[in-house]
Amino acid sequence: MSDLRPKTDTVSLTVPAAKRRGSGRVGRVRWYVYLLLVLAVVACVFPLYFMFIVATTDTATATSLPPRLIPGGNFFALAAHVFEIVPFLRSIVNSLIVALSLAVGQALFCSLAGYAFAKLRFPGRNVLFTFVVLTMTVPAQLSVIPQYMIISALEWVDTLQALIVPGLASAFGIFWMRQHISSSVSDELLQAAKIDGANSWVIFWRIVFPVVRPAAFVLSLLGFVSAWNDFLWPFIVLKSPDMFTVQIAIKALQSQRNVDLGLAMSGAFLATIPLIVAFIFVGRRMVAGIMDGAFKG
Amino acid sequence: MSSTQSSISRYSARRKDGVSRGIRESIPERFAPYVYIAPFFVIFAIFGLLPLLFTFYVALFDWNPIGDHEFVGFANFSRLLGDSRFWNALVNTLGIFLISTIPQLIIALFLAHLLNHARLRAANFFRMAMLVPYITSVAATTIVFAQIFDKNYGLLNWLLSLVGIPDINWLATNYGSWVVVSVMVIWRWFGYNTLLYLAALQAIPRDMYEAASVDGATGWKQFQHITIPSLRPVIIFTVVTSTIGGLQVFTEPLLVSPETGLTCGAARQCQTLALFLYEQGFGQYAFGYGSAIGVVLFVIVVVIALINFFLSTRMKGGQ
Repeated sequence: MSDLRPKTDTVSLTVPAAKRRGSGRVGRVRWYVYLLLVLAVVACVFPLYFMFIVATTDTATATSLPPRLIPGGNFFALAAHVFEIVPFLRSIVNSLIVALSLAVGQALFCSLAGYAFAKLRFPGRNVLFTFVVLTMTVPAQLSVIPQYMIISALEWVDTLQALIVPGLASAFGIFWMRQHISSSVSDELLQAAKIDGANSWVIFWRIVFPVVRPAAFVLSLLGFVSAWNDFLWPFIVLKSPDMFTVQIAIKALQSQRNVDLGLAMSGAFLATIPLIVAFIFVGRRMVAGIMDGAFKG
Repeated sequence: MSSTQSSISRYSARRKDGVSRGIRESIPERFAPYVYIAPFFVIFAIFGLLPLLFTFYVALFDWNPIGDHEFVGFANFSRLLGDSRFWNALVNTLGIFLISTIPQLIIALFLAHLLNHARLRAANFFRMAMLVPYITSVAATTIVFAQIFDKNYGLLNWLLSLVGIPDINWLATNYGSWVVVSVMVIWRWFGYNTLLYLAALQAIPRDMYEAASVDGATGWKQFQHITIPSLRPVIIFTVVTSTIGGLQVFTEPLLVSPETGLTCGAARQCQTLALFLYEQGFGQYAFGYGSAIGVVLFVIVVVIALINFFLSTRMKGGQ
């Protein structure tokens, strides 16, 4: 069909402006590019699909060979069983509390700090910012034992604030917000507001935050995802099933894997599906946010 | 009250403008930046810096969770250096790091190159699909991959059997279990890194490719002479983040099979340093010995940071 069009360079000149705006290589996209990309998509999505298949079948079917590739009808029975064995609903609520608190907290505290580092002048600014960046390179995991001792001294073991408070402001988030604020908020505007007598707090809420709200939103999304998926730290500080986040609940289900494989998969699937559904709506903004990040050129 | 305050600052701003910029702000304004950055520093001091320093302290003691401790000097470290479990975990960590990072970054680079077409259809769909593994939790991922690699009922062994390869007991050997863990790490991160590379690629001016096309440079030549050189900074960045991430691999080896537990197999086939630290600290309740492992991890991180600093300054100098 497309052969009706003349295959000359004029084609690229007649492409609508909207299509030409994208950057990248020019020229025709060969068929094998699509083939390889589709293979990559299959690789990305297949494990989730496989999770769903096992989550809908009984163990005997799940372990039969050749492997089944069509979902069975057992999902609701297994899902109900998940809720019986562990307080899964409670775990979802716990995960939501932690992830939402961190999403909001990081957006707020990192935006404020990013604003200070990007637009305010104060003694020590550069040294302090360098320090913030340096903290990103030290993995928190290597000091989990003293971290646990501190949480224990605060009597926060087996509480959700043990998961929330340490993550409220992240170095990555500050770096991220500073980058966005310095590139998208004009100094003239801030100067004008200052001459009009607005103090920095008012300027932040009236001018800076509205401009960088999309970036703060993406930061919230990233914070939400990493809090929802975090494993090691909740695994250390949470002790009772009522306090478990979904990831720890999966671990509890998994210890029953030999009893019923579909059960662990159902738990994993139930823990994943909220993020997948949310991702369908905000995925584009997340992609744009990650690509818009600090690492161009 | 705030209007009074702002009118004062406006007044003083007018009066001293151009004379002494430094003191024209009212006093609360001078401290405001510190208040805005304070949350991070307070939180980091309590939950980041203090534990880090405390790691060095606790590592010098025989310390149990109840709080009983006895100073032992460097005994934990000398014991660690003679502990074959430590060397095993170190080798596993480095092995998993190598066979997960290198293929992962090559795949990401390749996919970013494919995605970097001005006229690619469904570009947003492809980009979003690349992020699906990133938003899936490690715990869920691990259960799925453990099933795919299962020695009796696994999808992979079944596929291999179709071409006549007998069943492989992946988790039984070091190399086999490294492959299993690495596949999970690669799966989770290649899409994210693809997007980082793609962002850097799209910042390359289009004229460069156009000029190359005019000169007759084809796909591979363009890749070699335009793409790779422009990506150097982001490649360094992803190597550093993958390295830091690689030192922390924990959940995959812990959950890859429920029978293997904290050692990731009877022979500790895939026990990483992070998992060994956890085993000593929270499985054996040896806080001092566990902290010594933390100190060693810290030294490794510093060495890597120095190597990276050296390499990146040398690259800048070379350009």
